[in-house]
Amino acid sequence: MELSDIAIKSIYAVIVVSVLMGFCSYAVLAERKISSWIQGRVGPNRTSLPFISSIPYIGRFLTRLGVFQPIADGAKFLFKEDITPAHVNKLYFTLAPILSLIPALTTVVVVPFGYYENAAGEVVTLVLTDLNVAILFLFAVSSLGVYGIVLAGWSSNSKYPFLGGIRASAQMISYELAMGISVLPVFMWLNAPGTAGTLSLVDVVNSQGGALWYAMWMPGSFLIFVVCIFAETNRLPFDMAESETELVSGFHTEYSSFKFGLFFVGEYAHMLVGSAIVAILFLGGWHPLPFMTWADFGVHGLLAGVLSVGTLIGKLCGFMFFFMWIRWTLPRFRYDQVMKLGWQMLLPASIANLVLYTFIIYFLERP
Amino acid sequence: MAIVVKRKPLNLLEKLYIPEIARGLAVTFRRMLFGETVTLEYPEQRPPIPAGYRGVPTLVRDPEGREKCVSCQLCEFVCPPKAIRITPGEIPEDSEYAHVEKGPKEFDIDMLRCIYCGMCQEVCPEEAIWLQNQYSMSGYSRAEMVNDKTKLYELGGTLPDEHFKWNKKKEAAEHGGGHH
Repeated sequence: MELSDIAIKSIYAVIVVSVLMGFCSYAVLAERKISSWIQGRVGPNRTSLPFISSIPYIGRFLTRLGVFQPIADGAKFLFKEDITPAHVNKLYFTLAPILSLIPALTTVVVVPFGYYENAAGEVVTLVLTDLNVAILFLFAVSSLGVYGIVLAGWSSNSKYPFLGGIRASAQMISYELAMGISVLPVFMWLNAPGTAGTLSLVDVVNSQGGALWYAMWMPGSFLIFVVCIFAETNRLPFDMAESETELVSGFHTEYSSFKFGLFFVGEYAHMLVGSAIVAILFLGGWHPLPFMTWADFGVHGLLAGVLSVGTLIGKLCGFMFFFMWIRWTLPRFRYDQVMKLGWQMLLPASIANLVLYTFIIYFLERP
Repeated sequence: MAIVVKRKPLNLLEKLYIPEIARGLAVTFRRMLFGETVTLEYPEQRPPIPAGYRGVPTLVRDPEGREKCVSCQLCEFVCPPKAIRITPGEIPEDSEYAHVEKGPKEFDIDMLRCIYCGMCQEVCPEEAIWLQNQYSMSGYSRAEMVNDKTKLYELGGTLPDEHFKWNKKKEAAEHGGGHH
């Protein structure tokens, strides 16, 4: 690889990570706004910037919508007093938030977010690296995120964070299995006998272009995968690690200011990547409709790039909304219910699903 | 006697969980789109204060604009946290009501001490001190939290009066009669 290639890739990486961070901060705002709407409240509506907020109507509307709130939130996390309690293990205490953010940001490397056609009419996929083992990389790295939580719980050296860390690790182990098995049918279909084997996410999206989306003819896989994504990202109803009604605030009880901010951003980055993965694996990625691609609509060139990225981001935002919507609909499971659901229902269900689709794919592709 | 709540057994659809989750989602979605917002945006919107609310103690004037307080100091003596400080004085000579009654020269209520018990209002023979609907007091310094006479009258305003005691007293004083 030449030096210029590396430079271009680095610039892309910086752009992708900053866009992801931007999305994170606005995901926090969306979370606050949506929860307030569901609960019959107003939500953040006071933060205003000079000049922009004084534009008649628009400025007021944006202020009421809380558009400037993420800036205030971020500044607050940066400048609050950073308290490190005396009883913690300082090294691991500092390491934990970093360890929970970095895997979340790393997973975005293999997430494809669109394509465009260059002057020669070739299709170029917009992705940082098109790994041929993308899904394995993704599962491996994203589950590293739990180390941050476990380490935070352990190094805080107090009871509630400790319990939170233990719960997080147990939950991660239970749901990782079902999650891995539930996506197998997709890749079984993708790697039909006689084709070059691939685990690439780009190929998953391409195989859904002009065909049924996987969510439509593999609803079982889709359902199990979505439930596991909720568990994996520690979102309600599976936020065992945090469960503020029982464990104060779980693993990040002892954290404040910037370190807490890192956990926070990490959680939302995890959610965003999770939503992107659901969109890519099961909801057709950047294809606008089942059986239709943008090329079928006669969209080519750079416009296809804009529309495909827009489609994927639209699906991602829709799924982020689903995350928040579920949060205010379902109460948190009891810990033993989480374990029971993971081991006694989702795991057998995903295995049954795998066997079923093995037969279905066998009969569909029978030579 | 203990009441036994009958729990009817779940049917298959309910046991499957998914339809019930979908129903829950429908409820929250309806709530989000059509639900009523119950937030009171506080500094701009204020809650209605019910009659008889015991807020910040204030001094009131009678409908003819006179201070009702005669600086008898009963409220000062009864005040449990000793929040009230009165310096009694005379009504100025040039006033129409000079020599009819006394009036407070200074009247301070320290809102950092006041416990809103309402005993001052109860004890006041002139119905001059009232706990009204004012409920939020804030300031940047201790001195700011002491309501002086001007502030107290400003907060209190005028309340309806049935007795017009001062007129009767003045009349009585002018005609040399005894106490009314």
